[in-house]
Amino acid sequence: MSPKQRPDFYDRSSVPTGNLLANARKQALARGLYDFPIIDVDAHHREDTASWQGLIPYIEDDAIRMFAEDVTRRESAAGMMGLEIRWHSNSGRIVRPGVNGFADSLSDDGRDPLVRRTIWAMDEMAIDYTILFPTAMLFLGLHPQPQVEAGLARAYSKWLTREILPQDERIKTMLYLPFNDPQAALRIVEDFSDDPAVVGFMVTSVRYKPVHSNEFAPIYAALQERNMPLAFHAAYNWNDQSLSLLNKFISAHALGFTTSNMVHLTNMLMNGIPERFPRLKLLWVESGLAWLPFMMQRLDNEYLMRTAEAPALTKLPSDYMRDMWYSSQPMERSAKQSVMEATFDIMDAERTLLYSSDYPHWDFDAPSTIYDLPFLTEDAKRRILGGNALDLFGFKAESSATPPDDDATVTATEHGEPVAPPIGP
Amino acid sequence: MTERERTQVRVGPVAEFRDGDRRIIDVGGTQVGVFRVDGRFVAYENQCAHQGGPVCEGQYYPRMEAVFDDTGRSLGERANYDVPHLVCPWHSWEYDIHTGEMVGLRGLKLRAFQTEQKDGDVYVIV
Repeated sequence: MSPKQRPDFYDRSSVPTGNLLANARKQALARGLYDFPIIDVDAHHREDTASWQGLIPYIEDDAIRMFAEDVTRRESAAGMMGLEIRWHSNSGRIVRPGVNGFADSLSDDGRDPLVRRTIWAMDEMAIDYTILFPTAMLFLGLHPQPQVEAGLARAYSKWLTREILPQDERIKTMLYLPFNDPQAALRIVEDFSDDPAVVGFMVTSVRYKPVHSNEFAPIYAALQERNMPLAFHAAYNWNDQSLSLLNKFISAHALGFTTSNMVHLTNMLMNGIPERFPRLKLLWVESGLAWLPFMMQRLDNEYLMRTAEAPALTKLPSDYMRDMWYSSQPMERSAKQSVMEATFDIMDAERTLLYSSDYPHWDFDAPSTIYDLPFLTEDAKRRILGGNALDLFGFKAESSATPPDDDATVTATEHGEPVAPPIGP
Repeated sequence: MTERERTQVRVGPVAEFRDGDRRIIDVGGTQVGVFRVDGRFVAYENQCAHQGGPVCEGQYYPRMEAVFDDTGRSLGERANYDVPHLVCPWHSWEYDIHTGEMVGLRGLKLRAFQTEQKDGDVYVIV
């Protein structure tokens, strides 16, 4: 019987599925990853209906809250964000327990499923601390109403710090800053920076206000004063005039996740933000690593020819870049080893690179991606996987992840859930 | 060097496998996925060549084919359901189920194991 004669041949639900992170646990055990601190500086949760319903009461503006209630009843939280166009869905091909309708069987210990699911994945991957960020909100910076971005960001901050993060001290966050409303962003810094679970603040990079604008100076000053990092999280906007020339998700994603950070980093450098705020800690998230040698060479080369155009600078752009930090995922690993080695060298990765998983997103990296790099010393591996993040964020951490034993292991499900619509002839 | 001792492990009755069916067995700590596709059995370690994901727990996905005409114009894309790929559920790496080859990087292969049929049962040699 060929696939054409068997209707369920391509159906996900016909595939037996066990603990989908069991192999990550095996990797961690074989490499001794449970023996030292691993900090994941960028993992995500999805704004599913349940968590969104918990967040809605924290929305202060009546009109925004009423719309959030309405849109959540009818569709999902994503209906409130900017446009996110998709193509060639991974649904069914990529599977994460508890995500996209795929079941999991987490035991109920009274904590929010988001917390239990996050801690479960961390334990399987030997991650001790995770810095958690939402998913659909990555596109919120595109919202044409600044008050909606600000209102949702503030409600999210309250909900996360009051209801979710107190449930487990291993989950931290960098809170979303609504950069289309600088005053609202500053208020979030002022109101939440003392929360022990808030280790920094995040700007989603898909947005159209230049980050060197003077209106952001009070925010940079406030963060510098508090010694708290400001991260820029890359994403893609397929509606961007340049990216809209691309006809595939792979193209828009591959370019968008680098160009969105390239633009902001270039503005930061050429306008001397590191000179004006020399103790401001900048972290660039989810652009991978291959963009860094390109940016360093490209900007240095032009700076040497047009030095007069960037008078705020007192050293090469690449020198400033080595004073910043970078998350590792999605780490490009397809080139020759010497290319990767040169990348690590030019960015001074032993000091500037921070491991990130991006779990549960489709291009996540397990800690083994760092640990298995043959050109790193054991000390460098441990610095990238955890030590650098501990220094940057300034919190103390013991190695607290423990490998779940087989009996305690949360399995996904005996069989995959049907994915609608099923693919097939 | 002595040849590593090989173990013959019974997977189950051939008759229990419809085309496309699979079973994942544990052989001394190594997980092996045994698949029946197009009437024959193939077996691979449940470990993706990319990041080590549980590739044998992935779904099949048809080979996607670009369609061009003689003048070089694109006429779209079509799914060839007669050529199932095994797709790793971690990152969607696709493998030719018959050969274990990564379809985007021919030459990179899943670790394969030999299978045998005897007296109505299928065995895997590990």
